[in-house]
Amino acid sequence: MKRFSYLVPTTLDEAISLRVSHGEKAKYIAGGTDVLVKIKEGKLAPDYLISLKHIIGQDRPFLNHETGELYIGAFCTHRSIEQSTLIQHQYPILHDAIKNIGSVQIRNVATIGGNLVNAVPSADGAIPLITLDGKANIYGTKGQRSVELRRFFLGPGQCDLESGEILTEIIIPPLAPRTGGAYIKHGRREAMELPMLGVGVLLSLEEDMCTCAKACICLGVAAPTPFRALEAEKHLTGKTVDENSLSEAGRIAGQESKVRDSIRGVAWYRREMVGVLVKRMGLKALERVKEKDKEVLRTEG
Amino acid sequence: MAKEITFVFNGNPMKTMIEDHWTLLHFIREEMGYTGTKEGCGSGECGACTVIVDGEAINACLYLAAEVNGKELLTIEGLAAADGTLHPIQKSFVENGGIQCGFCSPGMIMSAKALLDKTPNAAEEEIKEAIAGNLCRCTGYVQIIESIKAVSGHEEEPHVVAFSTDERDRGE
Repeated sequence: MKRFSYLVPTTLDEAISLRVSHGEKAKYIAGGTDVLVKIKEGKLAPDYLISLKHIIGQDRPFLNHETGELYIGAFCTHRSIEQSTLIQHQYPILHDAIKNIGSVQIRNVATIGGNLVNAVPSADGAIPLITLDGKANIYGTKGQRSVELRRFFLGPGQCDLESGEILTEIIIPPLAPRTGGAYIKHGRREAMELPMLGVGVLLSLEEDMCTCAKACICLGVAAPTPFRALEAEKHLTGKTVDENSLSEAGRIAGQESKVRDSIRGVAWYRREMVGVLVKRMGLKALERVKEKDKEVLRTEG
Repeated sequence: MAKEITFVFNGNPMKTMIEDHWTLLHFIREEMGYTGTKEGCGSGECGACTVIVDGEAINACLYLAAEVNGKELLTIEGLAAADGTLHPIQKSFVENGGIQCGFCSPGMIMSAKALLDKTPNAAEEEIKEAIAGNLCRCTGYVQIIESIKAVSGHEEEPHVVAFSTDERDRGE
């Protein structure tokens, strides 16, 4: 592999100042499962790699009980998110996505921040985080700024990061009451596969436990960047969530998709499957809201 | 850039010089001379280079040698006892036909070990998940899964006798 110096800062400021002093010859690296492949393939040839792995305090998901916000440090490995009981119980939609990224070996090393900043249309981590209405905190020479994750992706391989900036954490706002979500990666194989489609659905119900108060539908690989199916969401809002309304929402989401033919699947099939999977994930989300509701009744009763 | 790292290699504390750009796989095979860990794809797809760092299975081809500083590294050479007695997982692969050409075996066995160290009674689904990142082009995986199952203890769970056959318990 090409020679480089490996720099190991322990604070964000130190990392930024290293990046400033070495300029474009330096590249950030976290888990490295993508960066090292690119270096091996000659697509990247940095003289300096600045590791973000040893920056303290950003390596575990954490729930702020006062505000109800979930913080996920960008340098959390996929495995730490997957194995977090907090994520498994409260944010199963995220668990659905993370547990199917790469292999155990990859998930032990690769980070959620790395998955996001690569900005590939198939980034499994991005879809549930957008569905959950996540924000990205970004740190750079000008200080900290925040951007809605749904606006973070600008094109294939392009995201809203200025040169030298670091994605530091993802913040998920408090979940509305009676909310459930589900994500599915659709591919040809069960393991070691990039998705042909990624579909995330999050539903919040009214007190009657059947009317949709809010719907959030996010699709991956259905356009150049992850995107929200806003028309389909609008269709569901205020309606009774059932097979019929979800089928129609799925059909609308399919129409909204900018799917294309690629090596992993053809456009018409993808469009059809958006419909099928939006409905399926909607039903799963509904089931999860009801399960959670029963749990609440049990603990209160 | 060269730097000194200290780590534990297969149970033995070590201090050595490495280059920043070395992958852990290069370091293990070419510098230390332990060739049990294999290089297959070199891009994290095949798992032939799987080793265990601080208890977790990782792909040594996508991990920098610099990163094992202060950690414990276990390779396939660290499994058998000093007298050559095989580790139970290795023995099971031999006995259950989990090996044909053998190229994937060190990686498979390391993935299995990382799983069983944490989950000694791993179920078949957990075994499949643990080796999803390890490709085998010979066996079709069935014997490999059987080999791991045989040591997972999952099949050897004591059968619980649900009802006593004792006369007194018949409720008569």
